[in-house]
Amino acid sequence: MSGATSASVPAGLQPALPPPVRRRRPVLAPYILLAPSVVYLVVFFIVPLLQGLRLAFTGENGQWGLATVHQLVNDPGFWSSVWNTLIMLAIILPVQLVLALAMSLLVNAKLRGSGFWFYIYMLPLGISDLTSGIIWYSVFTQQGWLNSVLQDFGIIHTPFIWLSYQHQLLIIATIVVAEAWRSTSIIVIILVGGLRAIPREYSEAADVFYASPWQKLWHVTLPLLRPTLRTALILRTVLAFEVFATVIALAGSSLSVLATKANNAYTQYQEPHLAAAYGVLIMLLSLLSTGLFLIMLPVRTDQAS
Amino acid sequence: MDGSSAHGRDDLISRRGLLRLGAVAAGGAAASGLLSACGSGGGGSGGGGSGGGGSLVFLSDQLSTTDETAAMRSKILSGFTGAGVSFTSFSDTTQFIDQVIAQAKAGTGTLDLIGGLQGDFVALEAQIPLRDMSDVISELKDRNFPAAYLELAKIKGAYRFVPWITATYLMAASKQALPYLPSGADVNTLTYDQLLAWGQALNKAKGQQLIGFPASPTGLIKRFFQGYLYPSFTGGLNTQFKGAAAVGMWQYFKQLWAVTNPQSPTYAMMDEPLLSGEVWVAWDHAVRLSNALQQQPDNFVVFPAPSGPKGLGYEPVLGGLAIPTTSKHVTQAKSLISYLTLQQTQTTMLNAESWFPPVGANALPSGLAPGVSAEAKAIDATTGALNALASQLPIGLGAQSATYDKVFVDTFTAIALNGAPIPSTLAAEATTLQSVLQQAGAACWKPDPASAGVCQVG
Amino acid sequence: MKARAFGKYAGAVILAVWVLFPMYLLTVGAFSTQSGVYQFPKSLWPDWSTGTMSFFWDSEGVPAALGRSVIVAAITVALSMLIGTPAGYAIARYRFRGKSAYQLSIVSTRAFPVVVLSIPLAVFFLQWGIYDTVWAVALMHTALVLPFVVLITTSVLAGVPVDLEEAAQVFGTSRLGAFWRVVVPLALPGLAAAASFAVLMSYNEVFAASILTIERPTLPALVLNALSASPDPYKFAAAWLLMIPTFVFIFIMRRYILGFGVERRL
Repeated sequence: MSGATSASVPAGLQPALPPPVRRRRPVLAPYILLAPSVVYLVVFFIVPLLQGLRLAFTGENGQWGLATVHQLVNDPGFWSSVWNTLIMLAIILPVQLVLALAMSLLVNAKLRGSGFWFYIYMLPLGISDLTSGIIWYSVFTQQGWLNSVLQDFGIIHTPFIWLSYQHQLLIIATIVVAEAWRSTSIIVIILVGGLRAIPREYSEAADVFYASPWQKLWHVTLPLLRPTLRTALILRTVLAFEVFATVIALAGSSLSVLATKANNAYTQYQEPHLAAAYGVLIMLLSLLSTGLFLIMLPVRTDQAS
Repeated sequence: MDGSSAHGRDDLISRRGLLRLGAVAAGGAAASGLLSACGSGGGGSGGGGSGGGGSLVFLSDQLSTTDETAAMRSKILSGFTGAGVSFTSFSDTTQFIDQVIAQAKAGTGTLDLIGGLQGDFVALEAQIPLRDMSDVISELKDRNFPAAYLELAKIKGAYRFVPWITATYLMAASKQALPYLPSGADVNTLTYDQLLAWGQALNKAKGQQLIGFPASPTGLIKRFFQGYLYPSFTGGLNTQFKGAAAVGMWQYFKQLWAVTNPQSPTYAMMDEPLLSGEVWVAWDHAVRLSNALQQQPDNFVVFPAPSGPKGLGYEPVLGGLAIPTTSKHVTQAKSLISYLTLQQTQTTMLNAESWFPPVGANALPSGLAPGVSAEAKAIDATTGALNALASQLPIGLGAQSATYDKVFVDTFTAIALNGAPIPSTLAAEATTLQSVLQQAGAACWKPDPASAGVCQVG
Repeated sequence: MKARAFGKYAGAVILAVWVLFPMYLLTVGAFSTQSGVYQFPKSLWPDWSTGTMSFFWDSEGVPAALGRSVIVAAITVALSMLIGTPAGYAIARYRFRGKSAYQLSIVSTRAFPVVVLSIPLAVFFLQWGIYDTVWAVALMHTALVLPFVVLITTSVLAGVPVDLEEAAQVFGTSRLGAFWRVVVPLALPGLAAAASFAVLMSYNEVFAASILTIERPTLPALVLNALSASPDPYKFAAAWLLMIPTFVFIFIMRRYILGFGVERRL
């Protein structure tokens, strides 16, 4: 991309550019720029985190070992919580991506009042997962909004129990709905930012070739959105591993995900070692998925060279 | 109405200095501008009354709902003349315990009075030394605390808290459910079989499962098993955990669960489902039922838990007051404790908060609010029943008390939610239970017969 | 063409209803009478009443807690943007050893549940003497928000072509000047997005805030602490009260993020 501009200027008329000095100067700059964030996180996060790790790998008697890991794996409901976490993630991510893409494309599409639509789509950002749990519980509970509306329209005659422990997939569906509602805005913001950064020339070039909107989307917009999509996916995934308030509100003890297991281990059963072990597992899975996204969606950085 | 007077903090200057040096990476001018805005009391008003000499900080894990905290501040603490009191309550017990531990470990803190349940103090004593409250107990001799409660206040050889409030667990039902009682059954003297028949009749007539239990992670269904079902069916607890009577008990519970609202795993407190009509018959902590009784006193009845083959098992709850070792206002804290245990204060407490004074059942005052007097009657009926089987609160579990509870929750989850076979589940959980007891070094407690060494799970 | 435009508008409306309707339901719950909340079937147009709301507003130091939340969010966004934007620039522009390690680890700090980190941090703040103040909460929030600020600013700054900076430098500005005068204006929408995100995350954060405060809680900590044990009408009132300031904030920031008046044509 950077070669294109100089090719249009005849060689003799190019201004004399100073030689690139960067190659000779030692590249300290990035480290200096990173330093404040590193120091900050070491002080406020790494140190307590290390204490948390220590908790995870020492048993109740204080000795290092894998006893807690053993306890973790044998914890009743451990495997189902892993399974539920992965299933939920696998469903939530595509649903939210599609929803967010639709919203951000609409916002970007020069509709009348696109600022207004953007404002509306961003509103759920202001809603914490606990508030969202309250709202959606009031929707899905037996004497809640959904059943009220269904009964008013005569679709059902007695309230249906959406949140019954006997219908785990249904509960998962309600959690997906609640999460899709609550946290898609983050992705919309990121995507809109990315869409806006795409120079119009690309879209106009596609128009020259009579590309259909779908073709434009698939072949032009999405590839250019890759860095943005990657950011959005990583962000959403890491956050998704952490969210448990929605799950607790809608599922209670009916099903658990890793984050609710960690939280319950700490707050209900006062077992900090087990909670820390769950925490480490969550961290590993987050790291794994971040790494996966970084590999699957490599992004060419615009470098200063 | 509530303004904590936390302005007079001596460490203000050193705090500013520290912050300038340390964590503020932002531009210095902006930072100090913000600092002076915040430091001089921008964070000043929280909760609590205005103080004379100083303000006492009172932290509890009870009385945490909006109404309860408001009533605590406006009706109970407002009458204390010794100093201003800033009352805060965390609904999350672990958070409460963490706060106290953090301050004790740091060697410095803000808390002057803590109000928690007996189990909380046991858990605390396992991690940090608690102040010996024997001096306060002897000063308050005229309060006539029952010996049983004083016994529970003794942890590691000394009194660690002053008995403050008690409650127990009851059942409540919507009046529209009463016609479906099996014939001959009196709601005040139910048996568990009659309860099951009632639930089945409701199910048949209404096509819905109308019994409810607080089975969410923060719900208290574990107490139902520990203090109610086990004693009523087996006459014991740990020593009867996996015996034949226990198997029969769980088989009974599975039948009861079949007519229980399957949304129960999301219920933390039963007053909400009762008020919304999702549940018509519920079991829960007396305080967690009181809202329903107070909102619609004409629609609900409250009654004792049912009795089983071995009697009417029930479990009392005891809350206490203690002064943290790091408190700087010990004398004033002591007078606050004295005030809170006065009979007038306790009567206000009962009317406003539905928590009962730690006195014998007969010593309750008259002129109580309708919901409260209904509960008082039900509690009386419970404790006074001829076949009443009072469980002691667990003694000696220390830091293991929550793990102990987990055994019962896991058993319930496996048997009721996951349909696991009863004998093998009980056998597996029994080994866990034994190791918990072993680790805590706990001897048996009522309803189990006292044991010489560690309680043996049967 | 007209059909396509209509389709777009229809789509926009449907999505808007999807977003707004649950908020309307919360509003109904917050402004019903107590008995209205418990009736079934629920009515979409209730007995409007401000009883629950005014009781809640008058109790428990709600206005003060709201003020504290605002202060905490302001400090958080200032700190996190100041620390995080340079880091984002470094990742976006340079290739250096340790870059992927940095990127991975900065995100992974967020992957450990906050609730387990609480005691060490509470002790830490107690010993520093800033326990139970807006500063303790703000410092913690900055740590929580920083990874995302870095992540977002990286992607935003990577999207601004480096040619522009180099062009500016050809004309004599320093690197910092090029950054300030060329990159920042172009990246402003994205940077504003990062800042808004920081504010909202801080505002809605409850667990760290409840561990680190007793007498001086932020609004979410105050409200959510009592919420889980309170009857439904209060839950709705509190949640509604918590929600509305964010709508105001998003309204203020929305224009900025959309970049009205910033010409993006290159």
